[in-house]
Amino acid sequence: MTSRRDMLTKTAGALSGAMIVGVPPLRDAQNPRDRRAAQAPAAPPAEQPMLDDPTSAPGAPTSAVGVRSPQVAPVRTPTGLIQGSSLTPHQSLSGTITPADLHFERHHAGVPAIDAAKHELIIHGLVERTLAFTLADLQRFPRVTHTYFIECSGNGGGAFRRPRPEMTPQQIAGLTSNSEWTGVPLRTLLNEVGASREATWVLAEGSDAAELTRSIPMSKIMDDALIAWGQNGEPLRPAQGYPMRLLLPGWEGNACVKWLRRLELGTRPWMTREETSKYTDPLKDGTARQFSFEVDAKSIITSPVYPDKITRGWRPISGIAWSGRGRITRVEVSTDGGATWRNANLLTTPTPKAHVRFERMWEWTGGETILMSRATDETGYVQPTRTALIEARGIGTSYHSNPIYGWKVASDGGVAFHGET
Amino acid sequence: MRMRPALIAAAVMALCACGDASGAGGADASPSRLGLGREVAPHEVAKFDRDVGPDGAELPPGQGTVAEGATIYAAKCASCHGAKGEGMTGGFPAVIGRPANAEGFPFGGSSEPLDRTIGNYWPYATTVFDYVRRAMPQLTPGTLSDAEVYSLTAYLLAANQVIPMDATLDAASLRAVKMPYQDRFVPDNRKGGREVK
Ligand code: HEC
Repeated sequence: MTSRRDMLTKTAGALSGAMIVGVPPLRDAQNPRDRRAAQAPAAPPAEQPMLDDPTSAPGAPTSAVGVRSPQVAPVRTPTGLIQGSSLTPHQSLSGTITPADLHFERHHAGVPAIDAAKHELIIHGLVERTLAFTLADLQRFPRVTHTYFIECSGNGGGAFRRPRPEMTPQQIAGLTSNSEWTGVPLRTLLNEVGASREATWVLAEGSDAAELTRSIPMSKIMDDALIAWGQNGEPLRPAQGYPMRLLLPGWEGNACVKWLRRLELGTRPWMTREETSKYTDPLKDGTARQFSFEVDAKSIITSPVYPDKITRGWRPISGIAWSGRGRITRVEVSTDGGATWRNANLLTTPTPKAHVRFERMWEWTGGETILMSRATDETGYVQPTRTALIEARGIGTSYHSNPIYGWKVASDGGVAFHGET
Repeated sequence: MRMRPALIAAAVMALCACGDASGAGGADASPSRLGLGREVAPHEVAKFDRDVGPDGAELPPGQGTVAEGATIYAAKCASCHGAKGEGMTGGFPAVIGRPANAEGFPFGGSSEPLDRTIGNYWPYATTVFDYVRRAMPQLTPGTLSDAEVYSLTAYLLAANQVIPMDATLDAASLRAVKMPYQDRFVPDNRKGGREVK
């Protein structure tokens, strides 16, 4: 049996003697803290027990790859389908960066396993030189690093058409995530291949079993499009497009083609399945918007939310806001079902086309109410109510859904989703 | 007939000059072009360059009939899309269907989910050829011959009441097919600003 005192002395002996000068005498074994320590083994086992007093024994040694605390287990929502999606648990997150392993997934034919040494991005069509770039080639160009959200245009479609009280932020808005991306501006590569002035559209093709293709206007390509190969300081995860993906800041996720293998410069869109059958937005006037790339300003409270049960007193109302058209300039919070609105604090300096976290302290004094948030972006666009969206577009438009979301607080403190704003 | 490429060098050079900006560290100014990347021969590109646009300019030689398409569909497609193309739960979309309540492009105003099919929604027939050739059958994509893809395209278009049941499709006739609701597709008019669109 080793007491805490013994262990401390041993440890200290290995260190500089000066370090233990002034260490107060330890309490005796009658102290619960010391008794707990006396039972702890000298070397921590693989499965580390959680001590009542974590100062009473040394912890785990260093490790190759960090893991979350066993008390923290945020998970996505895999469906088991290769053409499915898996959603970011926003209710479990704070700040603005989505951990890469919790970035939402949306694939049309699964996640391919790609050998980066063999993978090439070919740029051809209206170019002077048809060139193929490996990941190693891309990494030799001047790099840029920016934080951008990606949002699937289907995000919130279900909550818009059929809102249900037992929906979580993950189910309502889990098809957006926010990362720091590193890569090469696409215009740099187009300079390398000698893009023709005649080119007005670019076809982007992925190296997955869907060979997913989207037509992108040249104007976006020359503006801020990136070929990204880094995410949050590490290579892209396979589910995010390893080894390289197209990143179109502020534009719907489907167009940010993952596992990018080919860019063809041409003079008209290709009318691929993903820009005709899918990712077009039917309106109530009997038309459908096509090439509806930009993400409208949007926000959602991520705490308190369903299935939280709150107690009386002060707490932050916290959430995220974003716009595909630039910076968020303001997020307002209502604690009375939209009758009055007050500015929330933005916890980070808003940057274009990225999530920003907002917060407003609120005292719940009991009684029913509805909490809401609404975002404004630098174009002056204000996140509309669901009623206003239905009025403008129709209830059948499930892409690019961005209504104000509400959270109903019951008199017992139970919180439920309130989608009918 | 390749157009003479003109360079967009001026704008790009300004943007690539970031190597200069680091000041005291003395980064070398890199040229506007780094000479990276591997030159790719046309035959290598051809392996990947199999997309077909709405004018059908890239359609390959070959042809197929509706009847042949029906046979191939039953063998290679029906297991996921249903014997009648009605689709299946779990993300297997309907590929055939012209129910009366989904005619006239009612999708935007409809609170009930209506299947958007090749017949009642898709704006271009070439998309059927392009998509089936690149992505179907889902578990063995890339295994269909061009003739099979023409046949399947013919069958799907005929079963969706777009072309006659006795049709044969080749590049020219597929190019000529006009889809019923093509004129319903409009450019995005959302622009930000105060108006909700
Ligand atoms: C193993 C199951 C499977 C088989 C077999 C299969 N498909 Fe599919 N198909 C799918 C799935 C799943 C999707 C939807 C993919 C997505 O969402 O991206 C799809 C999508 C489609 C679409 C687009 C539908 C739309 O509305 O956008 C067409 C057309 C299609 N398949 C045709 C075919 C044809 C023709 C065959 C036979 C050669 C075939 N499929 C075989 C699973 C299958």
